[in-house]
Amino acid sequence: MSARRRTLPGFGLSLGFTLAYLSLLVLIPLSTLFVRSAGLGWDGFWAAATSPRVIASYRVTLLTAFSAATINAAFGLLVAWVLVRYRFPGRKLVDALVDLPFALPTAVAGIALTTLYSEHGWIGSRLAPLGIKVAFTELGIIVALTFIGLPFVVRTLQPVLQDLESEIEEAAASLGATRLQTFQRVLVPALWPALLTGFALAFARAIGEYGSVVFISGNMPMKTEIAPLLIMTKLEQFDYAGATAIASVMLMASFLLLLTINVLQWWSRRLTA
Amino acid sequence: MAGTVTLRLPVASPQARSAALTEPRPVRWALIGVALAFLSLFLLVPLAAVVVEGFKKGVEAYLAALVEPDTLAAVRLTLVAALVSVPLNVVFGLAAAWAIAKFSFPGRNLLITLIDLPFAVSPVISGMIFVLMFGGQGWFGPWLDAHDIQIVFAVPGIILATTFVTFPFVARELIPLMQEQGPEEEEAARVLGASGWQILRRVTLPNIKWGLLYGVILCNARAMGEFGAVSVVSGHIRGETNTLPLHIEILYNEYNFAAAFAVASLLTLLALVTLVAKSAVEWRQARLLRPAADQSMEAA
Repeated sequence: MSARRRTLPGFGLSLGFTLAYLSLLVLIPLSTLFVRSAGLGWDGFWAAATSPRVIASYRVTLLTAFSAATINAAFGLLVAWVLVRYRFPGRKLVDALVDLPFALPTAVAGIALTTLYSEHGWIGSRLAPLGIKVAFTELGIIVALTFIGLPFVVRTLQPVLQDLESEIEEAAASLGATRLQTFQRVLVPALWPALLTGFALAFARAIGEYGSVVFISGNMPMKTEIAPLLIMTKLEQFDYAGATAIASVMLMASFLLLLTINVLQWWSRRLTA
Repeated sequence: MAGTVTLRLPVASPQARSAALTEPRPVRWALIGVALAFLSLFLLVPLAAVVVEGFKKGVEAYLAALVEPDTLAAVRLTLVAALVSVPLNVVFGLAAAWAIAKFSFPGRNLLITLIDLPFAVSPVISGMIFVLMFGGQGWFGPWLDAHDIQIVFAVPGIILATTFVTFPFVARELIPLMQEQGPEEEEAARVLGASGWQILRRVTLPNIKWGLLYGVILCNARAMGEFGAVSVVSGHIRGETNTLPLHIEILYNEYNFAAAFAVASLLTLLALVTLVAKSAVEWRQARLLRPAADQSMEAA
């Protein structure tokens, strides 16, 4: 490598710029959060991070994010399977459309879903006679988070499904396994790490999501108030201590998830290698 | 991490499979049907809703909502935010990928993880950290006040928050791409006497242009569509610190639904253009790679 450093120019400049830009824009601003929380003292931090309304918001956030990620895991597996394995007209168009939630601004998704699922909306008005209310309930939050997380499972599973050798399925078939048995005993174990990775990615995204949820959730404290919205409310009331405490808890949760995802991806690569 | 994908090849057309290796035809069609129903419900129906609601009060009302001065101001601010943050992150992405892919040094993997950090942070927190730094109660607040400089609740704050949330897009496209290409071509150019800038312009950039374009497309879509982070640092002043997504929120909360959806249809169009451009780059990339794959098959 020392030979390489001699050959190509620009190592000092590019690394120096990278580190300076990373520090100024990301590391130093993020550290303000932890310095501020430390300034609250342990008692102050604990009181702000665990008041009943805050605990309720964690509960809503985690439950809805988990439900949405589970829905995405199930349907994401189905969509990835259909896109990789079957031929049907419009397949390429559908494949491109899967990324829509990445491209569509969250505020647009939020108002569109709210209008659809409100009592007078196309979908809401059909569910109302059945006694199902979606908009302004936890169900509405789950719908928004399902939209936001939709591409993650599909996009993590697609390459893995595509690279699966057909030999193992042939072997299973020649040994007398039915398709369902092959799926359960051969394919599921091979897909498991990628499925979990996709689930974790969707879950992580859903926990922090704000834009698509604020419109559809109704934002009732203790009931449909998610943690990011509570941070926003506290900031607007200049309760910086309260906002900082909740944000620190959420950031720790995100970092923990990031770590989990890295471990899962490493496991997935080791299985396919 | 969350929020993006790296340049991938479009799924190859499925090969016909022998009966033992696929499901019976009715099962296949049932699975396709359920998958398409799910995608229609969650993707197509919301898209249709934006268009229908936007035109609910007629074409004239739709056009009037678009040329209204506050909307035009929001378009301008959205463009400014994207025009500053995207080039900044392109320069950063090139520098980071050059350092990481062409040289080896301790802590390289840690650096790659740190570059991904903004994707793991909730948008609300991404905006909040700049309020904690530059707001009235922030670290630099008193000093900024004394010098009459306003960062948060003003345009600079919006640009900062936008740059933060779009930070990893270009870098994470370029790093794996340039790592895969290795430093050999650049080293050859160097030995032949090219200067650093010549190598970058004549060797590296032509090699990475599609990956770079892909990163720019995704970065731009997020920059123009960001809501949460920008919402925290914006003062929500009509015509001054409102970007398009924030303008949509204000219109919607004022029960001006038709106007809100008219403006939303602009961003929906941007999303569709993004998807088309993204797919075009993917197909281009597949065409570039496929002949190479065929050759290596023949050689083997």
